[in-house]
Amino acid sequence: MQPSPAVDQPHPVEHPHPTAGTYIRVAVILTVLTVIEIGVFYVPVFHPVLAPVLLSLSAVKFAIVVMFYMHLKMDSRFFTLLFGGPLLLAAAVMLGLMFLFGVLALGH
Amino acid sequence: MSHAAATTHYTSMGLDSRKMGFWAFIGSECLLFGSLISTYLVYQGRSVAGPTPSQILNIPVTSISTFDLLMSSLWMVLALAAVQRGDMKWAKIWLLGVAIGGSIFLGFQVYEFSSFVREGLTMQANLFGCTFFILTGTHGAHVTVGVLWMLTLWVRAMQGKLGPEHAMTVEIAGLYWHFVDVVWIVIFTLVYLLHK
Repeated sequence: MQPSPAVDQPHPVEHPHPTAGTYIRVAVILTVLTVIEIGVFYVPVFHPVLAPVLLSLSAVKFAIVVMFYMHLKMDSRFFTLLFGGPLLLAAAVMLGLMFLFGVLALGH
Repeated sequence: MSHAAATTHYTSMGLDSRKMGFWAFIGSECLLFGSLISTYLVYQGRSVAGPTPSQILNIPVTSISTFDLLMSSLWMVLALAAVQRGDMKWAKIWLLGVAIGGSIFLGFQVYEFSSFVREGLTMQANLFGCTFFILTGTHGAHVTVGVLWMLTLWVRAMQGKLGPEHAMTVEIAGLYWHFVDVVWIVIFTLVYLLHK
């Protein structure tokens, strides 16, 4: 017996998106983080820890945009895999090239 | 049933196939920008002639354009939220806002590039010039595509051809726009704030 078309048709998976209020709160957080980034850049006392602080702030901003504005926090995990896999590969290639070209030195 | 809903194809996991394909495209874009950023970082500080980044980069101006791009991302999600609830008046306003925000960013980039060329930094000047212009120029080309995409959506909204049934079309355009934004978050930190 042939299955009915209704059984064959996959059911769409819907995930509710954040509200406009959440989007605005996220924008305020991103603005504050950007102001901190620029402030850290100009204040000499932070210069010894400039790279780790700026990279951390950048990573937080990146994650917030991807999670809330690109909806990966609410969407299917499969989308996270489609994005995260190549992102990790790109990061690995970046670190590998920097190590090979002596930009990153281990030990010395 | 609307035309958009009738033609929507879902994967066996129940995911919109257009959205899944677009996430795969964004994944490939990660590799593109990863290679360009790697090239910039590998050759950073190896120029044998000037101008160097510390001599030429204008952090205050770039900070303003960064804030502009950040705000355009907010307007993009507000446009999507407006389309989803059928509020086409605000959807048109926010979509036009995103296009204008992106155009302002491009204006800053044109100003920056032209001032750099006047100060002697060209593609041929040194390794910094070559890798800088290719990286930020590729990003600028992506912003240009995004602006044209937003203007197309805005025109369709003005014609009454964009409604809540097309929310996925706007969401996919938004994914592209936010990706361009996150790439700039990385470039702003690595190229501008952590320059040698």
